[in-house]
Amino acid sequence: MQREGYVPPTAGGGTGSTRPGGAYGDAPRQTSMKYLCADCGKSVTLNKADPIRCKECGFRILYKERTKRMVQFEAR
Amino acid sequence: MAPSKEELERRRIVGVELERVSNVTSTDFPGHYPGEDHSWNLNDFKKKFKIDIHKANDLDYEFDLIGVDASVANAFRRILISEVPTLAIETVFVHNNTSIVQDEVLAQRLGLVPLRGDKKGFQQLRWRKKSSDEPAAEATDFNTVVMTLKVACTRNHATPATETDPHKLYFNSSVYARDIKFAPQGRQSSWFSGAGEIRPVNPDILLAKLRPGQEIDLEIHCVLGIGQDHAKFSPVATASYRLLPSIKIKQPITGKDAEKFVNCFPKGVAEVRKDKAGENTAVVVNPRKDTVSREVLRHDEFKGKVELGRIRDHFIFSIESTGMYNSDELFLQAVQILKKKCTDFQEKLMES
Repeated sequence: MQREGYVPPTAGGGTGSTRPGGAYGDAPRQTSMKYLCADCGKSVTLNKADPIRCKECGFRILYKERTKRMVQFEAR
Repeated sequence: MAPSKEELERRRIVGVELERVSNVTSTDFPGHYPGEDHSWNLNDFKKKFKIDIHKANDLDYEFDLIGVDASVANAFRRILISEVPTLAIETVFVHNNTSIVQDEVLAQRLGLVPLRGDKKGFQQLRWRKKSSDEPAAEATDFNTVVMTLKVACTRNHATPATETDPHKLYFNSSVYARDIKFAPQGRQSSWFSGAGEIRPVNPDILLAKLRPGQEIDLEIHCVLGIGQDHAKFSPVATASYRLLPSIKIKQPITGKDAEKFVNCFPKGVAEVRKDKAGENTAVVVNPRKDTVSREVLRHDEFKGKVELGRIRDHFIFSIESTGMYNSDELFLQAVQILKKKCTDFQEKLMES
């Protein structure tokens, strides 16, 4: 299944490069990552060497956030 | 030498007996009966062919198709189910979906939602060819309809803390088909405007449930397709036919037996009436309502007195549309498609 590099169609058969969708992933590499705490549900920002721990409640299970990329599916 | 009337009548009936079905195949083709001409003849066909409409609602249509062969009736049924083109959701682009319904499951659910819109507008739409070896045809306003679904759930702070109904407690706790919004591209805004806007036929189809903080944000592309490719493209919920039942009483059934006879059939099929001598006699009133359950054949008192069957060339056709087209339009489209297939075939024959 094709998952990226999609260009949404525009009327009249243009390339449609002005619309968002293809530009993800080009952002500069960040040193901190955002996670979601499995206990309190708050957003946790962690740096490379930080212990894996929620800063609010101290819970040690964190979830990754959903991708911000557009994902394509066939409706079948 | 023409066959007698009784013989013709006998050939028209498919016999339904206690443990078997008799006289199943039609025999009205050339060469089956020596000395009889059964070659196809337009005038004969015109004389025999008849259509009676019994029920004509937008989505529900029932009519009798009389005087055609089973192969023709079946061709119409199959074309209705799998070859009349309709619009359906084909690709879903998920920008965000934090609901509990997984992306692929949500996409599959969306695909099954029947769509409707201006019927004249649909005539402007063309196929979008999809082939595995060459790149798919580019999406244009002629072949792709774009829709969006963007819903986020929030808490309704106006409700008291004791409230438990999610519909009151949250905004957008349920995502319905009516939340799918049409985003016209190019000339589509003139083809599908006002009441002819492309929208789900049934606005109340539940697509997903949300809780505060969850959101669904999709772009949806719809294309034309046929039921052969996927059931979501089928324009009918059911298209089916059955043969008209026939119940023949060969010897009069009277008295207590008449009552028992009537009770062997669904309501309205048979009745007890007084005959000329003033005796209670069973008569068949409306065989159309019969389910051909063969209950009468189980009782010894009716042995040899009744003959069940179905009329071979009398089709009770019923079409239930999913809503993109009205049912009667669907049948006409099926006729057109069959006609086109025939002319295409004829052309091919002429070439070779």
